[in-house]
Amino acid sequence: MSVAPIMDAAAIERALARMAHEIVEGNPEADAIVFVGLRTNGAPLAHRLATKVGEILGRELPTGELDITMHRDDLNLRETPPAVGLSDIPFDVTGKTVVLVDDVLFTGRSIRAAMDELSDFGRPKCIRLAVLVDRGHREFPIRPDYVGKNLPTSMTERVTVSLAEIADKDEVVIEK
Amino acid sequence: MKKTKFTWQRKDLLGIQELSADEIFHILDTAAAFKQVGERNIKKVPSLRGKTLINLFIEPSTRTRTSFELAATRLSADVVNITANASSLVKGETLKDTALNLQALHADIIVIRHGAAGAPHFLSKIVKASIINAGDGAHEHPTQALLDAFTIREKKGKIAGLNVTILGDILYSRVARSNIWLLTKLGAKVTLAGPSTLVPHVFEQLGCRVTHDMEEAIRDADVINLLRIQHERQRKTMFPSIGEYTAMFGLNKERFARTKPDAMIMHPGPINRGVEIDSDVADCSRSVILEQVTNGLAVRMAVLYLCSGGQPA
Repeated sequence: MSVAPIMDAAAIERALARMAHEIVEGNPEADAIVFVGLRTNGAPLAHRLATKVGEILGRELPTGELDITMHRDDLNLRETPPAVGLSDIPFDVTGKTVVLVDDVLFTGRSIRAAMDELSDFGRPKCIRLAVLVDRGHREFPIRPDYVGKNLPTSMTERVTVSLAEIADKDEVVIEK
Repeated sequence: MKKTKFTWQRKDLLGIQELSADEIFHILDTAAAFKQVGERNIKKVPSLRGKTLINLFIEPSTRTRTSFELAATRLSADVVNITANASSLVKGETLKDTALNLQALHADIIVIRHGAAGAPHFLSKIVKASIINAGDGAHEHPTQALLDAFTIREKKGKIAGLNVTILGDILYSRVARSNIWLLTKLGAKVTLAGPSTLVPHVFEQLGCRVTHDMEEAIRDADVINLLRIQHERQRKTMFPSIGEYTAMFGLNKERFARTKPDAMIMHPGPINRGVEIDSDVADCSRSVILEQVTNGLAVRMAVLYLCSGGQPA
């Protein structure tokens, strides 16, 4: 098995900065923007994006975290139940533009689960999707609105994102 | 919340006695996540969509059955309730045949309450469905002990090292046995108190302290868990009168005033106001009796999720 670097800390930083500007540009109703990250890795990315967008707009943006385990569609296929974690969305999402944030977009199943769960908290005006890496191979009709890096992969490869908040370094690697 | 590396392997929840401390903590952590679901706009998640749960209650119960039914519904499972007099058991069918019939109907989870200790264990050996013990005789009531522990941990921040006094009818109480096993496993110091006929010294073998002195039992307690007198299980009179029991062991205002200022009052319900607990004490700010009910729902959701999430290979 070989490991190849895809993004270093500087590349991740540049990608998030560009995505932040795209989010501001694409959402004239900036008052209604909130960020929700998918746990685990989407959560710190959501906080970073919210900070950057907040700097551009000159105010703080509400940020929440979502644990999608209860809404997974593969619970029946697993031998043991995956551990469920806490969601933390300390604001009403009704009427808001929710930017869902995740690290890697692959089959799209996590995003389907996240959209279902988000609807349990309220009725957003719209949901946008921001991902650091889009590796392709979608199984659901889901596409991202903001992408840090498009990365063509084969099904057998593995994309691993490390973030300083969790793994003490910023890095994206591909294992094959 | 920190993610536990631990993986749940059981398909049944038969009792607390066979659980490890890790398993207990895993249920409590999982319950914390499910408690949040009850606070959302839409109090329902699809985790058990397509699963069927059968509430097989051979002994009467309202709160436990309702709690399991609501827990299953909030997980999107389908629920059927069977009660003693509505079941074929009154027509002479054995428990085994009843269970096999439920299995033939593709039940995924059977929640059973039965007057005989060990009935859930017996069922778990003959059916493939997950068996959840909702109370078997005077043996175990595991989800009650788990919701009590959840409530203690939520309010006190820990369980280890706390002084927990369980007061009342210990001899006939499955709640007491499950609580003793759970609390001692997690490092609490458990004191049992009540009339000597209902709190025999043999319970010391389970690793707790037994006293028949009410004042001494409540003085240093961080948690006081009151149990109801189980008249339905007592075959002979265990104390002279209800009035005397109340006078000797009821938690009244005067005794309550002599407890620690942060001592927490618990009761698994149904409470008998004016017998084991004064109305004022039951309704005071240190009483968590209704929070126990709310937490029971979260704990039962967690248990149903863990025992049926994932097909055993």
